[in-house]
Amino acid sequence: MADPEIKSYEPHHESRSAAVTESRPVRITLTTVTLVFLGIFLLLPLIIVFKEAFAKGVGAYFQSLGDADTRSAIRLTLLVAAISVPLNLVFGLSAAWAIAKFEFKGKAFLTTLIDLPFSVSPVISGLVYVLLFGAQGLLGEWLKAHGIQILFAVPGIVLATVFVTFPFVARELIPLMQEQGNGDEEAALSLGASGWQAFWYVTLPNVKWGLLYGVLLCNARAMGEFGAVSVVSGHIRGLTNTMPLHVEILYNEYNAVGAFAVASLLAGLALVTLVLKTLLEMRYGAEIAATRGH
Amino acid sequence: MEVRVVNVRKEFERFPALHDVSLDIKSGELIALLGPSGSGKTTLLRLIAGLERPTKGAIFFGEEDASQKSIQERNVGFVFQHYALFRHMTVADNIGFGLKVRHGAARPSGQEIRRRALELLDLVQLSGLEKRYPAQLSGGQRQRVALARAMAIEPKVLLLDEPFGALDAQVRRELRRWLREIHDRTGHTTVFVTHDQEEALELADRVVVMSQGRIEQVGTADDIYDTPNSPFVYSFIGESSSLPVKVENGEVWIADRPIGLEAPHAPSGEAILYFRPHDVDLLDGCSGCIAGTVAASRRVAGTRRVELEIGGERQRVEIELPIDHPAAQKSRVAFRPRRWKLFPTA
Repeated sequence: MADPEIKSYEPHHESRSAAVTESRPVRITLTTVTLVFLGIFLLLPLIIVFKEAFAKGVGAYFQSLGDADTRSAIRLTLLVAAISVPLNLVFGLSAAWAIAKFEFKGKAFLTTLIDLPFSVSPVISGLVYVLLFGAQGLLGEWLKAHGIQILFAVPGIVLATVFVTFPFVARELIPLMQEQGNGDEEAALSLGASGWQAFWYVTLPNVKWGLLYGVLLCNARAMGEFGAVSVVSGHIRGLTNTMPLHVEILYNEYNAVGAFAVASLLAGLALVTLVLKTLLEMRYGAEIAATRGH
Repeated sequence: MEVRVVNVRKEFERFPALHDVSLDIKSGELIALLGPSGSGKTTLLRLIAGLERPTKGAIFFGEEDASQKSIQERNVGFVFQHYALFRHMTVADNIGFGLKVRHGAARPSGQEIRRRALELLDLVQLSGLEKRYPAQLSGGQRQRVALARAMAIEPKVLLLDEPFGALDAQVRRELRRWLREIHDRTGHTTVFVTHDQEEALELADRVVVMSQGRIEQVGTADDIYDTPNSPFVYSFIGESSSLPVKVENGEVWIADRPIGLEAPHAPSGEAILYFRPHDVDLLDGCSGCIAGTVAASRRVAGTRRVELEIGGERQRVEIELPIDHPAAQKSRVAFRPRRWKLFPTA
């Protein structure tokens, strides 16, 4: 808000002073190191995934994707993402709203708590659910008595996924909302808007790009989560196997084409996420920068 | 709309920001809340708006107790220091927002909202910019849009928080004159917060000087400048010089000499003498005057400022001399304040 001028984001290579420019050999070395690193650790694995997936031809690739268990894994993954992403959209928005717009006791603690899923190993978070909902767990007896199945079923997988992907939306929004402050909302209220109208017409549009970005990341992780889901799923083929779990099973059965075919779908998802993000930034770059800056 | 602030106290987490403040604002008046940062002026404005609730006391709009109402019900136009324009809406949508969020029969049609927005845009002299986004406007233009948006809801009171604070000096002076014109044309009861005394004295019908959560003085620019009622107002508004003195039998003394000022009603004892540096008579001889050695002399625009060292205690005061006055060349200068005021030392 401090800068009243419209910012321009053109690169200023020409105007960069000689003092901060490295000599030619140094630049070439640095660039090469980066490219080699990216090539070995990112590009090469990606190529191998697709190469292995198509190792026995396109027919074998689609045949393995058509397998009943594989289709069920894809469906389950989509279902889990379809439940946990909207949940975390709402959770993340409310948490960010509470932290950024209000002062209350225990705010710092809540902020730390939101980061917890990032700092805890996913396996541990899965185990916690086993201890909580398992047959010998804290709520196990009660759940069994009421015929509710959480562990080794879809609810458990959703819970674990929600837990692991919780920080993505909130983390994206908190700094954004904190920077924007309360001014716009106060203005809306003073003009007669209700709290809900202020949220709908002012707060939400102000954070929409950050929100979309958070949702993209949240979705990618929800579909790709392995550790926590692995602990609570029980690996029942055709029932509780998500795509990442299914990849592991197929690989362990020496079904390389099947494993890499499913893996290629996950890799494809990552690529689509990246492309979407880049497109968003290209198309709405100025607007994204505007909602973040000034 | 007449606004009365009655014995309002405001605490933030038990730290008092306002102590028992009362203020009557007449209908149609343009009032400035003036004070240094931390004086409580913005808090008072936000209390009137309903953005804060008073810890104690009440605020009346006319006969109605507004402090029981929410900010939406109070119908005030609030202009924020950093404009708080909705960045994803065009200028016209920003101005029409207050009408768009109304319910039922109170909500005008889309066409009517647009007509009103354009009308207001014309009032703030920005016709033709209705399709722009806030980021495409200069600071001064944004502030005009913010004012048009606040006026669109036909507010009972117009409240402006440091409206020109973020603008550069020239735009500020321009907008100041323009705000006065708009006020005279529309007749809204208007309260604005500023820390710029020039702005307050020039623009407002009455100025409320605030310090440390209290109102120090309320009055016209002349009242405030010519008869400040406290040491704070004397030193905060305009230039002032002060000297510790003693009052004995209705006469003012510095050290062991009377300085020729009569104060028949002042209580005897220690006091501080305040006067304006430019409001002094220069004297040749000295029987009953303030005399001092010239310690420093500076040229300031059309006058000369001389710093004098007075008496054995080395008190320094500043007075202003005409450029060509011979006293400026001398090493000792004698003077007597023309207009002055004594405040007993607490």
